Amino acid sequence: MSGQELHNHIELTFAARAENVALARLLVAALAAAADPTLAELEEVKVAVSEAVSNAIIHGYGGDAARQVQVSAELDGRLLLVSVRDEGVGIRDIELAMSPSYSTEEEHLGLGFAFMTGFMDDVQVMSASQQGTTVRLAKHFAE
Amino acid sequence: MQTTIGIKSYGNKDWVYVRCVGELDMAAADGFRREVMIALQQTQLRRLLIDVSGLSFIDSSGLGVILGRHRQLAALGGQVAITGANEAVYRLLVAGGLHRVMIIDPPRSSREVRR
Repeated sequence: MSGQELHNHIELTFAARAENVALARLLVAALAAAADPTLAELEEVKVAVSEAVSNAIIHGYGGDAARQVQVSAELDGRLLLVSVRDEGVGIRDIELAMSPSYSTEEEHLGLGFAFMTGFMDDVQVMSASQQGTTVRLAKHFAE
Repeated sequence: MQTTIGIKSYGNKDWVYVRCVGELDMAAADGFRREVMIALQQTQLRRLLIDVSGLSFIDSSGLGVILGRHRQLAALGGQVAITGANEAVYRLLVAGGLHRVMIIDPPRSSREVRR
C-alpha cells in the first residue's frame, strides 16, 4: 500500500440519544486516526463532531430519542469530510445560530458552532425550517 | 462520567470538592449538575473546586454546566475554581472563555515550561 493515498469511509445511523454522542465522535476519530493526525488535531475533530451531533439531538429533535441522526465520514488521504444530518425542526436563521454567543438554551453556551468553525477548516450548514439540518465539516490534517 | 464529591479546606475556607473521571459531554452534563447542586445545597457552601484531572474530554455542553455553576455561585458571592486539567481540556476551558471568570490551574506541562 505504500505510495497510495488512503481512502476510507463510514456511515452511521443511530438513535438521537445523548450517550451516542460519544460513540459518534470516537468512531470518526478512529477513522481519522489512520491519517496519523496530531493529538491536538484529533481532539479538534472529536469536539467538532460532538458539537454537531449534540446540536442535532438537542436542537434538531428537542431530545426526542425516537428520532435518528446520520453521520457519514470520509477520509481521503489527509482530508477528513464529516456530515451530520438530522430530520428535525431545522434552523430558522443559520447566520444567527452560528454567531458566537447565540444559544436558545439557558445553560448551553452557544459555543457549538464557534468550536466547529474554530477547530475545522470548513463548516457548511444546510437547513430549512421543519426539513432538518445537515452540517458538513472538513479538516485537512497538516503534512 | 464518574464523580467523587467531598469537602476540602484551604486556609480557613471550605470548598465543595468534586472530582470528575471520564468525559463531560451532553450525556454526562445533567448528572454532574444534579450531583453538584445536591452537594451545594447540603453543605450550604458557596465555593466549588472542580478537579478535572481524570477528565479526558469536554465540549460546550460540559463547559456550559460548569459556567452555570459559576453563575449560580457568583450571584451568592461564591466562586468556582478548576484544577488538574490536561492540555486538551485546558485548551477547551480557555476557548470557552472560562478563564476570564474563574481560577483555572494551567496544565502541569505548561507550568514546567514556564520555570
